[in-house]
Amino acid sequence: MNLIDWTATDLLAQLDMGTISSVEITQTYLDRIAAYNEQVGAFLHNDGDEALRHARDVDRRRATGQRVGPLGGLPVAIKDNLCIEGVPTTCASRMLETFRPPYNATIVQKLRAADAILIGKTNLDEFAMGSSTENSALRLTRNPWDLEHVPGGSSGGAAACITAAMAPLSVGSDTGGSIRQPAAFCGVVGMKPTYGRVSRYGLIAFASSLDQIGPLARTAEDAALLLQIIAGYDASDSTSVNKEVPPYANNVSQPLQSLRIGLADEHFADGLDAEIETSLRDVVRIYERLGATIEPISLPHNKYAVATYYVIAPCEASSNLARYDGVHYGYRADVRRMQAELDRQRNELEAAGDDAGLRNLDSQLVRMYRQSRSEALGPEVKRRIMLGTYALSEGYYDAYYLKALKVRRLIRRDYDQAFKQVDLVLGPVTPTAAYPIGDKVDDPLSMYLGDLYTVSANLAGIPAISVPCGRTRTGLPIGFQLQGPALAEDSLLRAAYMYQQETDWHQYRPHLNE
Amino acid sequence: MSDQPFKTVIGLETHVQLLTKTKLFCRCSTEFGQPPNTQTCPVCIGMPGTLPVMNREAFRLGLVTAVALNCTIPEFTKWDRKNYYYPDLPKGYQISQFDLPMSQDGWLEINDPQGPLEGKRIGIIRAHLEEDAGKSMHDEVAGKADSRIDLNRTGTPLLEIVTRPDLNSPEEAKGYLTELKLLLTYLGVSDCNMQEGSLRVDANVNLHVHTVAGVVPTPIVEVKNMNSFRAVERALVYEVQRQYDLWQEKQQKLGDVPKTTRGWDDQAQLTRPQRSKEESSDYRYLPDPDLAPVIVTPEEFERVRNQLGELPAALRRRLESSYGIKPYDADVLVNQGRAFVDYFVQLADTCQDGTLASNWMQQEVLRTLNERQWQIHQFPLSAVMLNELLQLVQGGDIDKTRAKEVFQEMLATGKSASTVTQAMGVKKVNLTAAKDLCRQLLARFPQIVEDVQAGKQQAVGHLIGEAKKENPNINPGEFRQLCLDTINEM
Repeated sequence: MNLIDWTATDLLAQLDMGTISSVEITQTYLDRIAAYNEQVGAFLHNDGDEALRHARDVDRRRATGQRVGPLGGLPVAIKDNLCIEGVPTTCASRMLETFRPPYNATIVQKLRAADAILIGKTNLDEFAMGSSTENSALRLTRNPWDLEHVPGGSSGGAAACITAAMAPLSVGSDTGGSIRQPAAFCGVVGMKPTYGRVSRYGLIAFASSLDQIGPLARTAEDAALLLQIIAGYDASDSTSVNKEVPPYANNVSQPLQSLRIGLADEHFADGLDAEIETSLRDVVRIYERLGATIEPISLPHNKYAVATYYVIAPCEASSNLARYDGVHYGYRADVRRMQAELDRQRNELEAAGDDAGLRNLDSQLVRMYRQSRSEALGPEVKRRIMLGTYALSEGYYDAYYLKALKVRRLIRRDYDQAFKQVDLVLGPVTPTAAYPIGDKVDDPLSMYLGDLYTVSANLAGIPAISVPCGRTRTGLPIGFQLQGPALAEDSLLRAAYMYQQETDWHQYRPHLNE
Repeated sequence: MSDQPFKTVIGLETHVQLLTKTKLFCRCSTEFGQPPNTQTCPVCIGMPGTLPVMNREAFRLGLVTAVALNCTIPEFTKWDRKNYYYPDLPKGYQISQFDLPMSQDGWLEINDPQGPLEGKRIGIIRAHLEEDAGKSMHDEVAGKADSRIDLNRTGTPLLEIVTRPDLNSPEEAKGYLTELKLLLTYLGVSDCNMQEGSLRVDANVNLHVHTVAGVVPTPIVEVKNMNSFRAVERALVYEVQRQYDLWQEKQQKLGDVPKTTRGWDDQAQLTRPQRSKEESSDYRYLPDPDLAPVIVTPEEFERVRNQLGELPAALRRRLESSYGIKPYDADVLVNQGRAFVDYFVQLADTCQDGTLASNWMQQEVLRTLNERQWQIHQFPLSAVMLNELLQLVQGGDIDKTRAKEVFQEMLATGKSASTVTQAMGVKKVNLTAAKDLCRQLLARFPQIVEDVQAGKQQAVGHLIGEAKKENPNINPGEFRQLCLDTINEM
């Protein structure tokens, strides 16, 4: 068996037994990156030497009987909106193309302390805004199952690198489905934990009340292994949950008894692709066979979720992204050219005697802001900043932001009701499988509607997991989603594990030509 | 004021820097005067991905102040983002409080026993917490050099205290600020140093002009850049006159023109229009999703209220009633601060004479503190030591002039009153010795006897001087009376 066919859990066992070294594993994945990243585009940058240095250090410590952390030399890929000190952290934006953070994200500290080998930074939609990774300003990521299709997004690189066996584990972020949707498109497991379960300190904010960091892996067992490390209270994040982290990795293989699964009519209405619906019905039958009871539930406000999300997320984003102004770090427009242009405009206005025009002419500072942001932020980011700025403007706040907050509470209440009746809710991740690159670039609204089944979990703050469960006639992966009440990560992982014990969708790999 | 054909209406916004060791949302030091950008971290310079964590001590100091200002404290308060662009605001927003401030609807009583002001409650609309911005240092020649930004101050906790437009003269505005500063000092929540920017004042001013058609309000002007209480008073005096002149010229009413901002030029002693960075902006406030709301339980509120201690207004009343001193004197003592009052109370309690203690505190002690730039805790004589001297004065053993000499010697040597009096040979002159001296002098200066007998009593003054030369312990008052009595008997 090839090393890349082993799960992270298996690799860790081999490492512990000393039958394999971290350097061997790391080198294998680095070779995969070297061979396939050109066509897949999952990584924005990686530092193989640094990774190997760390791997050698872990091996040395293990050989000499010193302490080795619980990830003991396993490579982990990091989405490029997570800060690593001194390492490029770009958010796939021209704005931060040269930015190197002066500090580490909390999850990076935790992973380092656990002796994970940080193998590289993965591509994303610019500032995590998008569902296809096509909004990356730095490179295109392709779906390893069909290179002409998108990998999903915004954690497209984080999902594609698992599929293409360029890393055994990866960390993504999910604001409206950004882990689960690419996981479904790429045929891997991806989990968005409860809001506050994983510290956001060092995650470059898109929409702070929705953002959550989570694991991507081939199996629920591997996801549990990674979540175990990154979860937990952090005094640096005021929204982090101060509750003990259960032993996910130990628990994951214990089946859930008398599991009650809810199916919402709203998840099976018009718009859901027939092939996906068929796959979901198969998933339901498997759970029934495993002893679960299936109950109908209702999520009546789910239909407002996308609209609510696309008010709240841009509002927060418009404020979060205000700091990218060209003053302190990141991209700044060419000041000399800018000044020349400003002088030219002033001369023209003066010559024309246009006093109003002169009064309205930007000051140097305003022009610097305007031009730096215009040049360095991409169209989708600008669109959302404008949406949010508009919705928060005087006179519109109540009608948009405040109303969205109210609907958000109703969506949360729907779930509270549902979880009185059932343990988990099962449904689709996406209305369709991965679509061709370029298909929706000019139709942002249809792209937004693709988030229909994922945004609710972010709005409600609850955990949800995406698990591969089939393939379309054209061979593209299909996933199903399980949602649970707050802090039910343990149950979600165990339910996903139960399913994966009965199926082999997670064992298939796409064929890539070198 | 009543002779003016208008009423002055002033509201003040005061930003008070709270006396915390660290910033409001990170652990950086708040110390003033450090080299630029040395007191910063990824959080306060707004690095991508960083998150704020509230400094509980800052919140507590804000709470203490709000309670002392008689504010209502809601159980639930939250943080909001005030969005605007400026180079010294690295996040592009300031964390502040918008619609649910930590306190509202309070008052501060101002009472100036020295001046024309009546006791008056100035309404407080709200007091809320926010983080400070950094400092921009612009080159004087615009466009010729770069501006420089110092982010040391960024994130320092501020309490913004907003009054109702209850102040009706520049003097009242100054009175309010003086009382507020005193209160803050008593609470120990701020050092109120205006030079270092720990206390900043903006004023909103307009006039209610009495016309035949009734009272007409004029447009509101915000006045900024006032760097001392005196500057506040002068700027407001200037602004009131300017607005009245403008009213007479243009008759503009409130609402006719947008609110304007003017800056006080202390050198030129006038206000100038300012193009405010905040002009016509929409701050697009939104609740800060990075921070949890703060809950203040009724128990917490009670605890803070019980720990406030005696505040200036109550302290003045107590000094008047318990020590029988005048309101003016109580005010002078209380204005010196808590430690000074404590010293006074100890002195007055031991010497059992509030007025004597108050006089000594206000004259000798206060003069010494001012001359030597001391705080009361640096004053070398304890209340017990000073009391010993006062006992000698009360017993008539030393006269006032001699006592002051003894006081100076005690300061210089740190020795007790009895030791110093002994060393200086200070002792009461007995009556027989005084009478002998008197007779000698009258014999030596017959002209003075004649003058006094002719009704010129002040001529005796020369005799007192001569007597002091002969015996420094002579009590001038007693000796004067002795001489007059003796002459009358002649």
